Amino acid sequence: MTGLSVDIRLARPGFGMAVAHEFAAGGITALFGRSGAGKSTLLRVIAGFEPKAQGMVRFGGAVWQDARRFVAPHRRGVGFVWQDTRLFGHLSVAGNLRYAARRAPDAASVIRGEDVIGALHISPLMERRPATLSGGERQRVAIARALLSGPEVLLLDEPLAALDLKARAAILPLIARLPRAFGLPVIHVTHSVGEVAQLADRMLVLSGGRVIAAGGVAECLGSADILPATGRFEAGVMLEARVIGHDPGLRMSYAALGGHVLDIPGVSLAEGETVRLRIRARDVSVAVKKPEGLSIRNILPGRVVELAADPGTAFAETLIDIGAGRIRARLTRASVADLGLCEGMEVFALIKSVSFDRRMVPPARGDG
Amino acid sequence: MTWASTLAWADLSPLWLSVRLAAIATGLLLILGTPLAWWLARTRSRLKPVVEAVTALPLVLPPTVLGFYLLILLGPASPPGAFWVELTGQALTFSFTGLVVASVIYSLPFAVQPLQAAFETIGDSPLEAAASLRASPVDAFFTIVCPMAFRGYLTAAILSFAHTIGEFGVVLMVGGNIPGQTRVISIAIYERVEVLDYAQAHTLSLILIGASLAMLLVVYSLNRRFPAFPGPGR
Repeated sequence: MTGLSVDIRLARPGFGMAVAHEFAAGGITALFGRSGAGKSTLLRVIAGFEPKAQGMVRFGGAVWQDARRFVAPHRRGVGFVWQDTRLFGHLSVAGNLRYAARRAPDAASVIRGEDVIGALHISPLMERRPATLSGGERQRVAIARALLSGPEVLLLDEPLAALDLKARAAILPLIARLPRAFGLPVIHVTHSVGEVAQLADRMLVLSGGRVIAAGGVAECLGSADILPATGRFEAGVMLEARVIGHDPGLRMSYAALGGHVLDIPGVSLAEGETVRLRIRARDVSVAVKKPEGLSIRNILPGRVVELAADPGTAFAETLIDIGAGRIRARLTRASVADLGLCEGMEVFALIKSVSFDRRMVPPARGDG
Repeated sequence: MTWASTLAWADLSPLWLSVRLAAIATGLLLILGTPLAWWLARTRSRLKPVVEAVTALPLVLPPTVLGFYLLILLGPASPPGAFWVELTGQALTFSFTGLVVASVIYSLPFAVQPLQAAFETIGDSPLEAAASLRASPVDAFFTIVCPMAFRGYLTAAILSFAHTIGEFGVVLMVGGNIPGQTRVISIAIYERVEVLDYAQAHTLSLILIGASLAMLLVVYSLNRRFPAFPGPGR
């Protein structure tokens, strides 16, 4: 089975875009970048809402757009969820869902109404009007509506950006389950590294209308290529570790990362399960001797493999190989000079905090 | 003379003629005004201001000017008028059909402007949402745009109706004063005043004031009950 494949160009005053990419046929692909990078525009091109885009868009065996053809958006089978939900205000929740279900193709659809309503916890909302729903409820209804139209691919345009933290945390796991529950690939636009780490299997990083990185999430998040998209503040790495034990009294868990053992705040995962750890460069300090008497619990020996001053700032980016992966540290250039750091030097990486995926289980790879 | 004696039973057939004329003209205006308003609301053509200006002309022109040119245009001497005579054997001028044509042109801005405003308010977003749910453009127009533009249609219908009932100058120029054919209520009132029959003029005028007030009340109270359908917000 082949998925979505694009090779498109779009020129607008003050903005140019050229993207060629083959999306995975399953799982969640994060479309990541800063605002203005062209994420939403690419999504709109895929859906057929940008008729001025040139090039090719294909899905499976079907050509949606090439030099000769342009398939209208309503014939593409693309489910689209907007940040502002675009629910129909003159219809109830049930009316919105029926609108989609009535127009779904009969034969191919394996998506059943009751499954969607159950998966997104919508039953209590059915008779309400969209205007009376909370932001999180609206977004769940919008996702359900898109699914009920029987799409071949689901495009989510920053669906969580307008929600508060609590609502966001409630919807994230629902989105994470969609590809497997309904057997379709999901493309999720976001500018949040946290969302990428928690949701996505793969990512496509855009900056200024161009692809600057693409591939597995762990690989991309650790790569310096994506710095233009993340900014320094969110830069860091993602590592996959295995849970090896818990201390219920202290509410701590222990995770093995190669030969190292990391202390992390307690997680409700069985031993042997995989946990995704996200370590931001600004949360990592470096010592040249093993320090003692610190509150920092995770001190990993490693070797500096890359040291690059950030021009025009007080900082330097350091990449430390800890055997089971690489950790990025953001140090001041003054510290680098004081410690006499150089590439090849043995150091200790002090990890002040580790954030991790609440779901703990990384989404299955290559389903589909 | 007391107030009671100023009123008299009047011949109400001009009133019914006016209602019939207004109902037919309003129906035609909603049908013809919809595509025109849709085009105006969505086009980026450079012709848009030109078409808007022409559509709005009846708002500012003296009805006599409009009526004068309609009289020429609809008359049997002009190509459209001659074509109509050939088709039906009757002239458009001084006929009920001619009045319908004149009314549609005369009341056009009262239908097109509220519809255009309603369509502009709706914007692209709901149409894209409908397309993403596999609704064709025509499907989306009837299932999303029409219900969302309900208030615009209501305003357009009532304003067109009321404005057609109230027209005088154009009718006088194009239709004259033929009982049962072109003697609508405004003409009848004028004619009663001419012959100094103030009692009947009062009766007809008061009916018109009452009916107009009632229609406008309907518009404004429905506007309160059905605010433009609340969007989902975000």
